[in-house]
Amino acid sequence: MAEDKKGEVLLQMHGLRIEGRSDEIWHEIVHGVDVVLRRGEVLGLIGESGAGKSTIGLAAMGFARDGCRISGGSIMFDGVDLAKASDDSLRQLRGSRIAYVAQSAAAAFNPAQKLIDQYCEAPVQHGIMPRAEAESDAIDLYGRLQLPDPEGIGFRYPHQVSGGQLQRAMTAMAMACRPDLIVFDEPTTALDVTTQIEVLSAIRDIVRQFDTAAIYITHDLAVVSQMADRIMVLRYGNLVEEGETRGMIEDPQKEYTRDLLAVRTFRKELAEDPGAEMPLLRVENVSAAYGKSPVLFNVSMDIHSKRTVAVVGESGSGKSTAARVITGLLPPSEGKVLYEGLPLPADHRKRSKDEKHRLQMIYQMPDTAINPRQRVRSIIGRPLEFYLGLRGEDRDARVRQLLEMIELDPDEFIDRFPGELSGGQKQRVCIARALAAEPELIICDEVTSALDQLVAEEILKLLQRLQDELGLAYMFITHDLATVRAVADEIVVMLQGEVVEQGLKETVLTPPHHEYTELLLSSVPEMDPDWLDNLLDERLEQSA
Amino acid sequence: MTMPLTGNTFGGQASPWFSRIAVAAVHFFLLVLFLQNVAADFWSAIPGFIFIHAYSIVVLAYWSSLDRTAAGDTVIVTLTLEFVLIALLFWDRFSAWPWSTLFGLALVQFCAFAAVRYWKDLRQAPRSAWFGLIVILVYVMVAATAPIIAPFSETEIVGSEYDVWSNKNLLGTDNLGRDMFTRLIYGGRNTVGIAFITTLLAFVVGGLAGILAAAMRGWVDQVLGRLVDILMAIPSFILARLILTIVGTSVPSLILVIALLDATRVFRLARAVSMNVVVLEFVEAASLRGEGLWWLIKSEILPNILPPLVAEFGLRFCFVFLFLSGLSFLGLGIQPPTADWGSMVRDNATLITYGDITPLLPAGAIALLTIGVNFVVDWFLHKASGLKD
Amino acid sequence: MSQIAKLVAQRLALGLLTLFIVSLIIFLCVEMLPGNFSEAILGQSATPETVAAFNRELGLDLPPHERYVTWLFNMLQGDFGRSLASKRELSELLGYRLENTLFLAAVAAVIAVPLAVSLGVLAALYRESFYDRAVNVVTLSSISFPEFFVAYILILVLAQNMGVFPAISNISDELGFWEKVYRTALPALTLTLVCVAHMMRMTRAAIINLLASPYIEMARLKGLRPTRIILKHALPNALAPIINVVVLNLAYLVVGVVLVEVVFVYPGLGQLFVDSVRSRDIPVVQACSLIFAMTYVLLNLLADVLSIMSNPRLLHPR
Repeated sequence: MAEDKKGEVLLQMHGLRIEGRSDEIWHEIVHGVDVVLRRGEVLGLIGESGAGKSTIGLAAMGFARDGCRISGGSIMFDGVDLAKASDDSLRQLRGSRIAYVAQSAAAAFNPAQKLIDQYCEAPVQHGIMPRAEAESDAIDLYGRLQLPDPEGIGFRYPHQVSGGQLQRAMTAMAMACRPDLIVFDEPTTALDVTTQIEVLSAIRDIVRQFDTAAIYITHDLAVVSQMADRIMVLRYGNLVEEGETRGMIEDPQKEYTRDLLAVRTFRKELAEDPGAEMPLLRVENVSAAYGKSPVLFNVSMDIHSKRTVAVVGESGSGKSTAARVITGLLPPSEGKVLYEGLPLPADHRKRSKDEKHRLQMIYQMPDTAINPRQRVRSIIGRPLEFYLGLRGEDRDARVRQLLEMIELDPDEFIDRFPGELSGGQKQRVCIARALAAEPELIICDEVTSALDQLVAEEILKLLQRLQDELGLAYMFITHDLATVRAVADEIVVMLQGEVVEQGLKETVLTPPHHEYTELLLSSVPEMDPDWLDNLLDERLEQSA
Repeated sequence: MTMPLTGNTFGGQASPWFSRIAVAAVHFFLLVLFLQNVAADFWSAIPGFIFIHAYSIVVLAYWSSLDRTAAGDTVIVTLTLEFVLIALLFWDRFSAWPWSTLFGLALVQFCAFAAVRYWKDLRQAPRSAWFGLIVILVYVMVAATAPIIAPFSETEIVGSEYDVWSNKNLLGTDNLGRDMFTRLIYGGRNTVGIAFITTLLAFVVGGLAGILAAAMRGWVDQVLGRLVDILMAIPSFILARLILTIVGTSVPSLILVIALLDATRVFRLARAVSMNVVVLEFVEAASLRGEGLWWLIKSEILPNILPPLVAEFGLRFCFVFLFLSGLSFLGLGIQPPTADWGSMVRDNATLITYGDITPLLPAGAIALLTIGVNFVVDWFLHKASGLKD
Repeated sequence: MSQIAKLVAQRLALGLLTLFIVSLIIFLCVEMLPGNFSEAILGQSATPETVAAFNRELGLDLPPHERYVTWLFNMLQGDFGRSLASKRELSELLGYRLENTLFLAAVAAVIAVPLAVSLGVLAALYRESFYDRAVNVVTLSSISFPEFFVAYILILVLAQNMGVFPAISNISDELGFWEKVYRTALPALTLTLVCVAHMMRMTRAAIINLLASPYIEMARLKGLRPTRIILKHALPNALAPIINVVVLNLAYLVVGVVLVEVVFVYPGLGQLFVDSVRSRDIPVVQACSLIFAMTYVLLNLLADVLSIMSNPRLLHPR
């Protein structure tokens, strides 16, 4: 890019309004947002779900998803108003001058075509370069993005390549026509933390190398502060605050931004060592397998009453499998599970009601964890009926009590269907359902991963309060170290079906760490714009 | 039938004035029938007159006081049952009508209530769906009240063979000199009725088996699955014929054989959709709680798979209906002298070569009903898929 | 490649097993027929001695499993026994009839398959347009028509009123190819109308199903032309369901022609089947059933194998 163009305004959205269609009616979802982007600048769009950040990002390409439409404002891209441009002229811009990187690369690559074919499609179709040139260019870019085997990887099919590599291949594809602007739509959200680092640094390098302007969309303020020069905080389709990254992180002006920044500061008091006290639940040398493929190897852990054990690991670490073994959904191939010193039957169908009600479970996806065709009354009421034999008025009274405990107004919520609840409210109902059984131990399987950060924080606080009031023990399964820091008394770190380290929170979190724990801990993005640079320097030094 | 499938998804509000007029119209229809067929003279008609009006007023008053959905459904059922009960109380006057007519009247009643209950959704329905609904309603009414509407009896010979259309025989006579119009009405009753019962049976058997297979998995799933695979490996027309040759072509065996063959298709669908639900966490949560199989099926699985099953019911009905007509057309289905649309086409096919379209009327009637059902199912599917997001 | 070979081999083995079971079922069905086979042939007046002699001659006195094996082997060698009605050797009769039926099915398929797939692709391309809605209504209607209704309407319009095609399709071997096609036109057209609608709807649905997927959105955001998106990105991934519905409709063309053959008095296998069921000509019914069932099983097998072969994940394993 010519040096003199640097700093010139590339994209200017003015008073952008977007409507979405539901129930046959158009509702406005973006209410007049102004966005300015200069050449070579990276703009971060951040917000929780429903903030309209993806919608605005796509609007930068003059694109609205099916069921959405751009209803007002202008989108000036290099002198052309995309809101008014014809389909043909939009098509000529897309892919060639504005490119897109989607959230899930695995889903956004066509499964029936080789990566390089998909790479070459845009340059060839837009008439920018012939196929052969595009191919050698692809190999060059794959190399710059530090993909292994740059000559060969393009000739593989998407399902033959791992998630982190696919995301980089997609970035290469977006770069194919050397666009002026790339829209990154949550490119690392679906990845594990250790993979996220690689993708983040690869994306940042390539954007800097080609001096491309970018819009980086994410819900994670820590991630965006590594990537963006400037940040726009969005909420409910409105702009909350806009500013230079460093200024925003150090001195946020609006309360909402401060909330977002403070989101990972909740901490539980440190616990004492339980000593030789008999654990509530003991997992003893458990190995398990799905069919013939083993997933758990000789796992042992103790959970003491009134305490929280956080089981942390990345995808494939076997942490959820451990929960399935404990609940009896997956009988172990070796080892056993003891409850108050007595062995629990391996198969949940052989456990008695008394054994079952003590051990409850809360799931990751509140959407699928409660029956969409039942009202809150029966969702929470059923365990009361089933375990405690409560009926009629007694049952209703208890349901109301439980709703109050989870901070939902009984009169308002008791007759609602799950479809009429927000994600956080659904998760609260799931908690109430678990509480209804009067448990001693609750297994929380990634309970906050599907929720927005602020909502997740509320749920964590609620769970903590319930633990203090009711003396519950939690087994907290998560991939998120921030959650671990917040709620755990003890930590179990898992990797590929094995426990690599376990112990009290302060012991595990203070060095010296196990090598993998170190990697995990250092990979969690921090609210410091220099964090990624420092980390990469550090790692480079270590390897040198 | 319409009750549980909608549940929370279709909003239920107090019905507007024009829907009340719809109910009134249905009651007016009933009233006319009542006066025409039940009341011996003017004075004895008065109590019936009063009864029907009082009934309508009570229904409407109760109706407009409702806005909660669950209660609304109960009302439909209760009122329909009430209607049957009252009809039974007046049995001596209804005795001129066969049982099926009475049942038919209850059905008409039910349709009217359903229409009012779901007025809000109906109002948004596209024109094709409206067309379909009206066609279905007309067919149900005609089939239900066949003995009242038809001018002659089903098998009565009323003229010479192949008479042309006239005032006496609206659509002329058939190859044996029976009244075509009468046969057309009765044919609808027979063909539609048998197809409906067959489909219902296929759904009860196939649907239950499919859900069971999905819920129990293991060997139950394996055994049922393999059995269905084998039954489906033979073209159903051929297998149906083979079995019917063995057991004979009576109406009950027709129903049983076709229902059995059709149940295999229902099984496949029911199993597939249940599988999608069974893997969700709320079912896992229920089974971890220790719930029994019946509870899992009834409360967790069934309510969530009803929309696709209902749509499939419509499509299956069409299939069975066409299949049955096809068999009858070949002379291998419903046997004479029972009136049936398929065999009516075949019996009178010679007329076509003279350019007379009368034999095409029953075929057209078949087509019209299946089109109607298909349109409604299409709308329903569109609506159900729209609800997911 | 080994994984896919294994899967295909598995399907083939399963197909063979199915064929075997199907033959067993057909054999058993006939076994269970009421009435005595020999009496049916020899008539009521036959003495017990003649019946016994006849049974011995046909091997009917043997236990069922031995008879099944003999029957199966005879079938495999192309010996289908004799018709009760005409006393003719069945193999030649069946061969001729099957040939006619396949000819009819082939003519219909040649028109129907390309037509249906391209109409389906067009409807997916211009979805929610007037064309799409019109096609939706037309196809829904034509699915709803009983075959004989379509057939008679065609006769009424094209044969009776306009006199373009003959109403009765009496074809024979002496006729030239184009003459045969001409006489087959109406039944073939009927079949086409009925199965085009179905195939087209499935093609459209399969493609539209995919249009919501992220890689289609990606393709749109790469600035590709709608035609290219449908043809290069949606169609290859919708192949499995489309192949399935096409092959199933081919199976329908072979098996479901019965009604159409009867209406047009077309000398095919279906007509023969119906006549034999009416006259209770058991060996013919048995043989026809077996041929129909085999065609059906084989075509289903083909659909299965083809959809495995069109899956990129299986085709290019990790």
